[in-house]
Amino acid sequence: MQQRRELDQVYTNRKLLNGQLDTPKWWLPTVSILGVVVLIGVFVIATMINKGLGVTGLARPVYWGLFITTFVFWVGISHAGIMISAILRLTQAEWRRPVTRAAELLTVFSLLTALVFPLIHAGRPWRIAYWIMPYDVARGIYPNIRSPLIMDPVAISTYLTGSTLFLYIALIPDLGNLRDRTTGWQNAMYTVLALGWRGNPRQWKMQTVGGILLSALMLPIFVSVHSIVSWDFAVASAVEGWHSTIFAPYFVIGAVHSGVSAVVTMMALMRWLWKWDDFIRPEHFDALARLLIVVATGWLAFTFLELTFALYGQDAPEIALREMQMFQWPWNMLFIIFFLTGYAIPVPMWLFKRVRTNIALMFWTSILVNVGMWLERFLIIVPGLARRTPFVYTWEAYRPSPVEWTIFIWSFAWVTFLMLLFSRFFPLVPLFEQKESQVFTDDVMIGRAKVPAIVREAE
Amino acid sequence: MSKSILGLFQQPEPAADAMDGLKEAGFELGTFDVLTGTPYPEGAFGEHVPQHRLFRFPAFGAIIGFTLSVFLTAVTQLAYPLVTGGKPILSVFAMLIIMYEMTMLAGVIATVIGIVFESRLPNMQPGIYDTRITEGWIGVVITFDDESKVADAESVLNKAGALEIKHA
Repeated sequence: MQQRRELDQVYTNRKLLNGQLDTPKWWLPTVSILGVVVLIGVFVIATMINKGLGVTGLARPVYWGLFITTFVFWVGISHAGIMISAILRLTQAEWRRPVTRAAELLTVFSLLTALVFPLIHAGRPWRIAYWIMPYDVARGIYPNIRSPLIMDPVAISTYLTGSTLFLYIALIPDLGNLRDRTTGWQNAMYTVLALGWRGNPRQWKMQTVGGILLSALMLPIFVSVHSIVSWDFAVASAVEGWHSTIFAPYFVIGAVHSGVSAVVTMMALMRWLWKWDDFIRPEHFDALARLLIVVATGWLAFTFLELTFALYGQDAPEIALREMQMFQWPWNMLFIIFFLTGYAIPVPMWLFKRVRTNIALMFWTSILVNVGMWLERFLIIVPGLARRTPFVYTWEAYRPSPVEWTIFIWSFAWVTFLMLLFSRFFPLVPLFEQKESQVFTDDVMIGRAKVPAIVREAE
Repeated sequence: MSKSILGLFQQPEPAADAMDGLKEAGFELGTFDVLTGTPYPEGAFGEHVPQHRLFRFPAFGAIIGFTLSVFLTAVTQLAYPLVTGGKPILSVFAMLIIMYEMTMLAGVIATVIGIVFESRLPNMQPGIYDTRITEGWIGVVITFDDESKVADAESVLNKAGALEIKHA
């Protein structure tokens, strides 16, 4: 924490509430443009529901394509929030402070977006109620709880509910702060949302203890969610490349890799757009990049293990699939891009402190990771279905249609739109955490060097 | 109707002095409290350390969640036995996953209820307050049933160096 600066609370309020108290000039045009993209996306989704899935490129034998790839991608991104927030809270990592809320928010909005894809992918979304909701047996049907397609919505709903509540609880002290800084309808809104927060020792203790308790409860949920998403594939024993026993941990670590990278992207944008140089500092990017090196290398090990396990069995269809993924056009081109962007370019760069503390480079390398991680999901899902198998008359038929690409772009615009909308009303950096950092930090002299030191409470 | 006063300080030391002074002046624990815009180390103001039962909430929630999950996964399937793919009606591994998620979900919801309840929220009549508390000022609030003690409390706050005293 060598870059810490003494910041008084008035300054912290003014800077970190600049999104709510003084709307930045770029906010309205940006939100308007995103809003137009979102509306176009909604129109395309509505058209697809009206016309049917024939407007997509999905066809026998590839019925899981861009939609399910993007679903897995957004569930993966959602793993940033709890991973960052919960682990760093539990370990009392000092550098967590500006990161946690953005990460939690990314979890909530990316999960909301992820949920859309299986719904629209079903073609007739309203019929999903028949196989998810245990409400009526008059038709002789009932949710088959043995299916991962039931486990999945249960897990994601649990994660979404838990993450939203976690986000709200940690927001209450800042809502109290906003209540104190606003007038009129805004004041009325924050007064209700702050629930009468005053900041007495009991309330602060509940924030601290409750935050740790919720973190501890959310961590096992976070691990279970992407494990269950992986079982959507891993229990499909007829598809090569899917039925792997290590899919659960492989998906979880991949999700953490893409999620933490997304947090880096978001942190860079927050620093640039809201000018939070005092709060989101190069040291935070340095810490996140160190974490990413470990996570990415673990993920790479799982990637090779998955490949090794597949080839070790000498199963001809498995070998044929891997050959197709890695050596046949156009899959080989996608595989090379995936490997370069997912690991080979960013991770060696992050080994250098100059890169880790350069925010522009961190921004672009974190985007590269997510290009790679999206391609990874595409390469897991589509080739296994597209491969030519015995006694079939059609293969490799899948080309994503403009409708699918539009909905894919919509998902990014939608998440960004929700983030910006949130930023207009609620702070993206927890103010009380920043202020706590100032209270618990002091400079100590070691010889002639003045060093910032963190004070911890004795249990 | 009880009466409250709020002493405002800019530094933690005088606020802690005021809290000590109130104890020495015979004010009962629970009749005075400290308000801050950020968490301070426990006991920084010599305040009464609050006791709580938050840890019971997740356990209670988890029991409810687990019970509901058994009902959903086992009881309903036994009530409407639909054989799918020749598989057993009660497939324990698949049931465990849903039981796990529902147990955790109820545990989280109960914890959140616990945090709100133990924080004594929602409190739509929070009492005397000053918006400068969220700008770094520290408030020492005293509540009285007996108005004759107001002068004593004011004297303690002034002696400790309160920059302002508000009445309600």
